Amino acid sequence: MLLSLEDATVRFGGRAVLDGVGLDVAEHGIVCVLGPSGSGKSTLLRAVAGLQPLDGGRVLLDGRDQAGVPAHRRGVGLMFQDHQLFPQRDVGANVAFGLRMHGASRQQQDERVRELLDLVGLPGAGRRAVAALSGGEQQRVALARALAPRPRLLMLDEPLGQLDRSLRERLVVELRELFGRLGTTVLAVTHDQGEAFALADRVVVMRDGRIAQSGTPLEVWQRPADEFVARFLGFENVVEGLVGGEAAETPWGKVPVPVGAAQGVRSVLVRPAGVRLVPVHEGLPCAVVARTFKGTHVAVHLQPADGGPRLEAACALREAPEVGDVVGVEFDAAEIVVLG
Amino acid sequence: MARLGLMAVPVAFFAVFFAWPVAAIVTRGLRIDGVWQLGRLSDVLTQPDIRHVLWFTTWQALASTALTLLVALPGAYVFARLDFPGKQILRAVVTVPFVLPTVVVGTAFLALVGRGGLLDELWGVRLDTTVWAILLAHVFFNYAVVVRTVGGLWSQLDPRQEEAARMLGASRLAAWRTVTLPALAPAVAAAALMVFLFTFTSFGVVQILGGPTFSTLEVEIYRQTSEIFDLSTAAVLTLIQFLAVGAVLALHAWTVRRRESALRLVDASVTARRPRGAGEWSLLGGVVVCVAVLLLLPLAVLVQRSLDAPDFGYYRALTHSDGGVFLVAPIEAIGNSLEYALAATAIAVVIGGLAAAALTRRDAGGFVRGFDALLMLPLGVSAVTVGFGFLISLDEPPLDLRQSWILVPLAQALVGVPFVVRTMLPVLRAVDHRLREAAAVLGASPWRVWREVDLPMVRRALLIAAGFAFAVSLGEFGATVFIARPDNPTLPVAVARLLGRAGDLNYGQAMALSTILMVVCAVALLVLERLRTDRTGEF
Repeated sequence: MLLSLEDATVRFGGRAVLDGVGLDVAEHGIVCVLGPSGSGKSTLLRAVAGLQPLDGGRVLLDGRDQAGVPAHRRGVGLMFQDHQLFPQRDVGANVAFGLRMHGASRQQQDERVRELLDLVGLPGAGRRAVAALSGGEQQRVALARALAPRPRLLMLDEPLGQLDRSLRERLVVELRELFGRLGTTVLAVTHDQGEAFALADRVVVMRDGRIAQSGTPLEVWQRPADEFVARFLGFENVVEGLVGGEAAETPWGKVPVPVGAAQGVRSVLVRPAGVRLVPVHEGLPCAVVARTFKGTHVAVHLQPADGGPRLEAACALREAPEVGDVVGVEFDAAEIVVLG
Repeated sequence: MARLGLMAVPVAFFAVFFAWPVAAIVTRGLRIDGVWQLGRLSDVLTQPDIRHVLWFTTWQALASTALTLLVALPGAYVFARLDFPGKQILRAVVTVPFVLPTVVVGTAFLALVGRGGLLDELWGVRLDTTVWAILLAHVFFNYAVVVRTVGGLWSQLDPRQEEAARMLGASRLAAWRTVTLPALAPAVAAAALMVFLFTFTSFGVVQILGGPTFSTLEVEIYRQTSEIFDLSTAAVLTLIQFLAVGAVLALHAWTVRRRESALRLVDASVTARRPRGAGEWSLLGGVVVCVAVLLLLPLAVLVQRSLDAPDFGYYRALTHSDGGVFLVAPIEAIGNSLEYALAATAIAVVIGGLAAAALTRRDAGGFVRGFDALLMLPLGVSAVTVGFGFLISLDEPPLDLRQSWILVPLAQALVGVPFVVRTMLPVLRAVDHRLREAAAVLGASPWRVWREVDLPMVRRALLIAAGFAFAVSLGEFGATVFIARPDNPTLPVAVARLLGRAGDLNYGQAMALSTILMVVCAVALLVLERLRTDRTGEF
């Protein structure tokens, strides 16, 4: 493993911000740590970078314990959330900074700077002032600066956090492509699940300084480990139910569950696609309270007539009922997950 | 560990050249024949003439502070909120007095209100035997402190806050009283405390203008030491002053912390506007007249008096030694002063720079923060304390510096270090810490980080700090007068000696030497003003 965290713990005034975190990143892997703000993900990066001393546990790079190795000798790169470009240096000098620190010759620096500016799509921008760059350009310069000294591990802190949505979606594809081509090992943190799923080979969901779930994007999306992860991923239809055999007793009535689901009192997740609208007398009667256009489908918010928790259903555009309609609801076992 | 390394040099410096002399003063004052005698404190305090000095020191400081606020607050408003032609020049003019040596100010006011002074000639009015000369000189000095501290904050208060209050139904006055005044109050308090401190420990001004009648603690300490040779009483008085100054500084630190509370600050350049209406124009006029009469007139008279003799007679007289009080020609004091000031500046910048760097580190603990307050002590703990302390503590092995020329620069550096720290700290603290982290992650060692990230940003502040330290060292009087050797006087010491002797020639030479000193300090300051950006430090 290129990077291993073993039982890493950081406390701020008695509160554990990182609480016994174990994490591995393989060479050429792209791992994305996902979590709400305050879950400890930035602290995780700072601990690996050597900017935040550990109160317990170990950080290993290439199998070597990094305790006592200062930040500037760890050979890892970190791209800061708000870039932190050096304001009194131009673009080229920012990118060349790490090379200079590692004693590269003038000619090597110039070559590498040109190469990297080409790579991030800013050819010839070396003499431009940092203050004159747009947000997207700053982000590219920050990336070039972090990549320039060829760090063995590149860490990104909310890499696209401050950019607008369309730019973000374009850049995340570019990044993934770039890292794949260069074979860069990446550890990124973000609060945006879309970003994490698009960027990473493996996603690690954090909550209150602990790892809540870790797996490929598909695994995490299909089988959230618990109610927290499910809700963080944006699923609203989570209730407690008594699972017996291939059905669960829930506030929405009897709901089918997949074969082999865990038995007993469990959290049950119904994906919006698993909520099917049928004529009112054929299923659970619900009133339509809101509908939101989502581009490819319409999210319909339903209030069950007998007072259970609200349900979200995903409907094709043409079939979506109007607000105020009363419809029936059926559940599709294939879109239902019994959580741990 | 790196922090301790940075701190080691300033801590050692302060231990040897501040703590040790202060300890020597305490011992000298309260330990008699090897026994601690705390009763000495009350013995000295019950002497009628000492009580008189204490009373005068306190009330003249209070009166000076009140008068300064009264005169300078309208000035603070005008500089903060109004935009008018010549504002930059007026701002520089207002700042000059703050870096002028006390001796120059004393001499200038003597030329204005003293015997044979301008007012005496015109209307037969003399103020040098009254307390008014002292009070006016104190206003002259501290006008800039109030304008800078209060006006600096005032110019950055968002005027839209007041407008918001107006829209909610407050009158102009009510809006000012409920929105602006509370935001300004801590800055006014901090400025008032600074002025109180400077005037409470006033030495040069009172020494020259106070005559035999008026004496502050500082002057009394000097008198007890150099005229009555009662070192033990001087030591007790120093202790009393030390305690008073410590209390005022603690109060000041507390108000500064409150000032840093959440305020909406905006760029100063957007808050000023052209004066509107007769009221604002007459206010501006009043401030300009006030600056002209109070700040410019004394200096103009000083220059005029120095030229009173034909063919620059007073200036030419400076080149001769009279073999009496002066072993050397007074003009040589210029060279001495410049040499001392350069050495003192170098020391102050190194010590102050290291201390500021250590204080900026994020992991600074309680010990370091305590050191922050300690660094301010010499600023208030009066030059006379420093000089007196040097005199009685550095005169025997292992540290016998009595014969060494470095003694004077050391004392001057001690007085200059707080200025350096105060100028550097806000700038260093404004550097985003993550920039340093970004550099570290890119492979820069801590020393490299300082050179590559901090230094380019603070270079300008460093120059300004050096300039201040230079001006302060050049004009330093209270400490230097104790320890400067008779054959190597500095400019202020030479001026004071000339004034201490009778005769028109001596008087004229004092005026001439003061003018030279004023010009050097003013030039240093004007160079600084060109370097200064809007918010560099407190001074």
